[in-house]
Amino acid sequence: MVEFWDVYLLPALIIVGQILLIVVPLLVAVAYLTLYERKVMAVMQLRKGPNVVGPFGLLQPLADGAKLFFKETVVPTGANKVLFLVAPMLTFILSLIAWAVIPFDEGMVLANINVGVLYLFAISSLGVYGIIVAGWASNSRYPFLGALRSAAQMVSYEVSIGFVIVTVLLCAGTMNLTGIVLSQKGSLGLLNWWFIPLFPMFIIFFVSILAETNRHPFDLPEAEAELVAGYQTEYSSMAFALFFLGEYANMILMSGICTVLFLGGWLPPADWAIFTWIPGIIWFGIKVALLLFVFIWVRATLPRYRYDQLMRLGWKVFLPFSLLWVVLTAGFLVYFDMIPA
Amino acid sequence: MSFIDKQARSLLLAEIVTGLATTFRYMFKTKATINYPYEKGPLSPRFRGEHVLRRYPNGEERCIACKLCEAACPALAITIESEPRDDGSRRTTRYDIDMTKCIYCGFCQEACPVDAIVQGPNFEFATETREELFFDKQKLLDNGDRWEQEIVQNLVADAPYR
Repeated sequence: MVEFWDVYLLPALIIVGQILLIVVPLLVAVAYLTLYERKVMAVMQLRKGPNVVGPFGLLQPLADGAKLFFKETVVPTGANKVLFLVAPMLTFILSLIAWAVIPFDEGMVLANINVGVLYLFAISSLGVYGIIVAGWASNSRYPFLGALRSAAQMVSYEVSIGFVIVTVLLCAGTMNLTGIVLSQKGSLGLLNWWFIPLFPMFIIFFVSILAETNRHPFDLPEAEAELVAGYQTEYSSMAFALFFLGEYANMILMSGICTVLFLGGWLPPADWAIFTWIPGIIWFGIKVALLLFVFIWVRATLPRYRYDQLMRLGWKVFLPFSLLWVVLTAGFLVYFDMIPA
Repeated sequence: MSFIDKQARSLLLAEIVTGLATTFRYMFKTKATINYPYEKGPLSPRFRGEHVLRRYPNGEERCIACKLCEAACPALAITIESEPRDDGSRRTTRYDIDMTKCIYCGFCQEACPVDAIVQGPNFEFATETREELFFDKQKLLDNGDRWEQEIVQNLVADAPYR
């Protein structure tokens, strides 16, 4: 009995505790990301945004959540009930489990595995299943078209994301996310982060994660002018909320990956005393919030792409360009004998 | 040359960056929002809102039951019935406005020879039932007592232009 406790139960409880420590703040962050988005968009459009529920509208996400929670989950008669309900859960779960390998600070990571990048890539590729299952199981036209678009779009942009990640891996010499962050540590602070030497790849990565998370200007899967709400059309109540949470958690996740790969993770921008006093997790949060700001900023600025433009950008611009950059980077590293050990 | 220029611009995302700069600049501009239930925008003195029936300062109702407003109303929203009162003066026994029919054209106000029916500055009279929007004489007179001050101000302000 003691052995059972020591060997199985206690470690399991500790892991569950750690998971909760990640998931609960993450869900709060997702809730407040919706408010953040509405506020930033409002400010850019000369509006004020939600400001009635609580001080500065801070309770708005809770009100929205409560509203969704008390609504009825409508399952269309023609829908495949099981898959219809599994799809939002799948999306939501996939957006959460990827957080296992994201390092918030040195050593502050749930699973410090050496193939962290591959894991992330695998999970984000699975994300398309939630959407395509939702579109199929709804047995309705708009969701189906939305799901098809979404699948094609996510697959296309994952290719260039893959090449961008390969470039970073070549420079960092490790697939361990903590290792990637540590490879950006240096006396120059901010200038040591990969977004300076790999700036074009940073831009390509950012644009690709906009497409990967179905955000503006690539939100064709839910283009409301054409497809009502895309794959979410038939969803209501908590099923819809799970999609919504999953989508926003994915935004935060992608910003987190971008931070780890290009913006030095938890590292402070310079080695000055004031900056090093601030704990790494705060730096990580600041960088993620900055990237999320850009997500919203882009949404407030750009009109939606046409579908052929989206495909052209993915396959005919980003793919050759990132492939070329991989070759250039690899050649540069070999020629100057700078391959990391 | 223009080809190179165009390619360079698209490669450097020139237009996207300009667009982003524009939205960023707009972040610091004064907001156009009015916090509606707490703040309200200005209204013209000619604003045609909720109808009121006015009284003379001595409390006597102005309406003489001439039915010009009823005749002028293009939506047939006004219904009037009248009888001589005990003192021999002609008054309405019934003055109903169906606010669900009214199109707020202001013809009743234009037609009225004694400024009895006036459209006041109030536009917040939404109700929970349809029946509450069938205004009767009492409701209109009560409105008049409630909005008299604002209506007088508006009539005075608009008088030079009539």
